[in-house]
Amino acid sequence: MTNSDHATRRTFLSLTGGAAVLVIVRPADATPAMLQAAIRNVVGEANVLIGKVKLDIPPLVENGNTVPMTVSVTSPMTADEYVKSIHIFNEKNPQPNIGNFYLTPRAGRAQVSARIRLADSQKVTAIARLSDGTFWSATADVVVTLAACTEEAI
Amino acid sequence: MPSALINVPAKARRGSVIEIKTLMSHIMETGYRHTASGDVVPRDIITSFTCRFNGTEIFRADLYPAIAANPFITFFTTVTESGKFEFEWIGDKGFSETAQASITVE
Repeated sequence: MTNSDHATRRTFLSLTGGAAVLVIVRPADATPAMLQAAIRNVVGEANVLIGKVKLDIPPLVENGNTVPMTVSVTSPMTADEYVKSIHIFNEKNPQPNIGNFYLTPRAGRAQVSARIRLADSQKVTAIARLSDGTFWSATADVVVTLAACTEEAI
Repeated sequence: MPSALINVPAKARRGSVIEIKTLMSHIMETGYRHTASGDVVPRDIITSFTCRFNGTEIFRADLYPAIAANPFITFFTTVTESGKFEFEWIGDKGFSETAQASITVE
């Protein structure tokens, strides 16, 4: 191997390395318009804060057709202070909404589980509306090996 | 064969928080799939799930095509008295199913 080969390889590696870093440091709020619109539809002009919500979803799934998901919110469930609703969104399915769950103070625990479909590797966002009018969220990245939704029916 | 599977404890202590697990047998056809000849397979999903306890709504969900086939939903509730849970699923093509479960609180 000659010196110039080395230089080229190094240049190439540094370039690809640089590109990878660029992808990783992309701002967290760079969500597609469709997802952003769906979220605005629920929260209106309110600020969505990050925290209180825990989104349990496997980071890597083989089959996007049934992905187990659990959302829990750190909040008391009393008549004065409780979680009113939990909304789940995705980034790349044909529709941004996954499900809306409406709770009452008598839920006892602000936790909901369901099995969902993911059409592609993407972000899943859970937003909780509290009785005091604040919104809290959590986002998780899921890598999907086999996509759901759009496969051909027989 | 019943199309709904409900898991509610038969007995609970007053004031305790119990978990309710529900599974409804349904294809949840997304409306985004095509047949080999290119036709869209029409959407056929459950759009709404409600749970009432002694007539009062305690949990409700709006479902979208992103909910997996045979919707499995679990949630919690505080039990204060003996009574009956009523579950209702409503969906496309006039789909409507109900189920019930009783609990004894002591």
